[in-house]
Amino acid sequence: MTPLLEINDIVIEGQTGDTWKPVVKNISLNLNHGEVLGLIGESGAGKSTLGLTAMGFTRTGCRIASGSILFDGQELANASKSDLRKFCGSRISYVAQSAAASFNPAHKLVEQFAEGPVQHGLMTRQEAEEKAIDLYRRLDLPDPENIGNRYPHQVSGGQLQRAMVAMAMATEPDIIIYDEPTTALDVTTQIEVLAAIKEVTKQFNTAAIYITHDLAVVAQMANRIMVLRHGDLVEEGEARELLDNPKKEYTRQLISVRNAGKDEESKNKDPDTILKIENISASYKANVNVVENISLKVKPRKTVAVVGESGSGKTTVARIVAGLLPPHQGRIVFDGEELSRDLKSRTPDNLQRIQMIYQMPDVALNPRQRVSKILGRPLQFYLNMTGEKQENRIKELLQMVELPENYMNRYPSELSGGEKQRICIARALAAEPELVICDEVTSALDQLVAEGILKLLQRLQDELGVSYLFITHDLATVKAIADDIIVMYHGRIVEQGVKKEILEPPHHEYTELLLSSVPEMDPDWLDNLLAQRDLN
Amino acid sequence: MFKLLKQAPLSARVGLFIILLNVVAMIFAPVIAPYGETEMVGEVWAPSSKAHWLGTDQLGRDMFTRIVYGARNTIAITLCVALLSFFVGCLGGFVAATKKGWVDQALGRMVDIVMAFPTLIFALMVLSIVGTSIPVLIVVIAILDSTRVFRLTRAVAMDIEVQDFVEVARLRGEGNWWIMRHEILPNSLPPLVAEFGLRFCFVFLFISALSFLGLGLQPPMADWGGMVRENAGAITFGIFTPLWPAGAIAFLTIGVNLVVDWFLHQSSQIRRQ
Repeated sequence: MTPLLEINDIVIEGQTGDTWKPVVKNISLNLNHGEVLGLIGESGAGKSTLGLTAMGFTRTGCRIASGSILFDGQELANASKSDLRKFCGSRISYVAQSAAASFNPAHKLVEQFAEGPVQHGLMTRQEAEEKAIDLYRRLDLPDPENIGNRYPHQVSGGQLQRAMVAMAMATEPDIIIYDEPTTALDVTTQIEVLAAIKEVTKQFNTAAIYITHDLAVVAQMANRIMVLRHGDLVEEGEARELLDNPKKEYTRQLISVRNAGKDEESKNKDPDTILKIENISASYKANVNVVENISLKVKPRKTVAVVGESGSGKTTVARIVAGLLPPHQGRIVFDGEELSRDLKSRTPDNLQRIQMIYQMPDVALNPRQRVSKILGRPLQFYLNMTGEKQENRIKELLQMVELPENYMNRYPSELSGGEKQRICIARALAAEPELVICDEVTSALDQLVAEGILKLLQRLQDELGVSYLFITHDLATVKAIADDIIVMYHGRIVEQGVKKEILEPPHHEYTELLLSSVPEMDPDWLDNLLAQRDLN
Repeated sequence: MFKLLKQAPLSARVGLFIILLNVVAMIFAPVIAPYGETEMVGEVWAPSSKAHWLGTDQLGRDMFTRIVYGARNTIAITLCVALLSFFVGCLGGFVAATKKGWVDQALGRMVDIVMAFPTLIFALMVLSIVGTSIPVLIVVIAILDSTRVFRLTRAVAMDIEVQDFVEVARLRGEGNWWIMRHEILPNSLPPLVAEFGLRFCFVFLFISALSFLGLGLQPPMADWGGMVRENAGAITFGIFTPLWPAGAIAFLTIGVNLVVDWFLHQSSQIRRQ
């Protein structure tokens, strides 16, 4: 049988300045009817570029240098735009990473759904609307008859992503390309979307290319997996086979990251408390409490992880501790001294001892300041360190976060995501703090890079004795770094305690849901989980 | 800087050349001009000749001389106005964006009130009450113009103010002044510089318009707008003398805009293929 899609020896080049460098190097792939192919690798591996190529497309600044793309016997490489238009959106469609950014906020969902099929002359508007309702129902969206009349901002992130899948399925395409469709969602929502995608893909016998950096996710979806790195194919194989016995070192590394853990008893118990908050309630607007009656303790040299899905109020807790959001009730006690609620009335000493690291290193560093200024300013501000002394300390800090000294003269745009986050960590450490608030510090990074950051934080804690208040939605991170865990849901703490107790049954209902939602490496995990949830 | 110039596209080089030409005329006016600024040297509205390259004006003064001196008066004043309006507008915008709350409201509404009047009418009113002198002219136009600068600056600064690195600075305990100077200003520079170029042109045209109405620079001082007005009558006789100063205005405006375009292009980092 001839494959539906056949890519041979494709080379895609990207432009930097005046030179073209290969981004995808001599990769071949075949895709049969009804088959799901997983593409996996860290960012910059060329997986999205390869995915787009399956539609004959390249991003601006990229070009197909050589190779062929045969879709159902038709050559797509360097085909004219009008030829591509016949296929794209009708026989091949695309689901992007962020549905929120891909929908037009000014049009209703169903209008955007109907645009493709009507444009291609495949359906009338009426038929398209009926089709939409049918697909919304299959994708398990609530109120399928009417949800199409909503605007994108009126549905949740997971629902929007499913609406996008529905849009891609509108014309019953032969191939759907999923480009990290669940990366932006939290674990509980991710499950719904994964289940919906899997079900519908099976029903329509659609072939799919599933792009992700999360091996556990691809394990659920794909029949076959290709591991990419720096534009090269590392390994290819049947999903089960590849996970059970990875042949290449890099694949093994990817798999082992998921199973990382922290040795429990490595630390001496210290009974003191560095940070204590008691019965805190806070709100952004009057009347509606975002968090209610939160009490927690952070011990010196320990890490407390606050876990919950988005909207559970965990970041709000971080902001309250930092002083960015004054609570209207409750006390914050830091090292035996009560902290004032708002930032302005805190002393420089208080500010120095609590530092914060942010989720997005891109926006947490001033793009117009060199690393030397970013790190130098807190040294000058808190410790009155200038001149050569300051320079030496900056070098020391860079060493601490495992970056070369000559990075001093770089601008943030000249650093990678992981390096930027390291600079953020160095900036926090420059103040010589006792408590560092880490707000989702790894969620914007690739797994391997994130793993490196977690190890670094761990090492720094051992060496410097700082405490961490670690905000995250990722339980794998929690397993790796936390001593104590606090589970939040809808602005309240539902469970709190030592890591061992929380992670071992019996669980609180919500903790159970969170824990069971973390994808596991087992390809049958999703099916089993859904079957189990249906039973309950 | 030199490297940057070398990379500049043709349009920007043309623009820079035009500006340079004007600056040279401005600085060396007494050397370049063949006659005195207010000297009457020939017939009224004489056509171009060897003695008078661009002919003479309605009082028989040499047009070329007047245009060279006009560059000096007009551009110097325009520059002062633009700098002053940017200083006031940027400061207001940054303060509004960092302080927020009632300070922002108060500044914003004040600007709304000033903007509610058509600028030309407002300027005419103030100038006819206070009287026309160069400092008054500069201050009045600068204040009217700073309202627009304020709005732009505030919007740009608001965008930057919500970024995490500003929050980091606040958490560090930095004061507003430091945040404005070190965190916000460097990041808002590209749109502000571009706006500066454009504002420069508008101020320039505005002064010309005021001069045209008789409230700008007073005769016998040479300024381009005034020269167009004084010679406007000649058009009816088929004499194109007033087109020379009008052309000078257009010329410089285009020059400045070419450079601004280049800058906008640079700062948005769109590379032309």
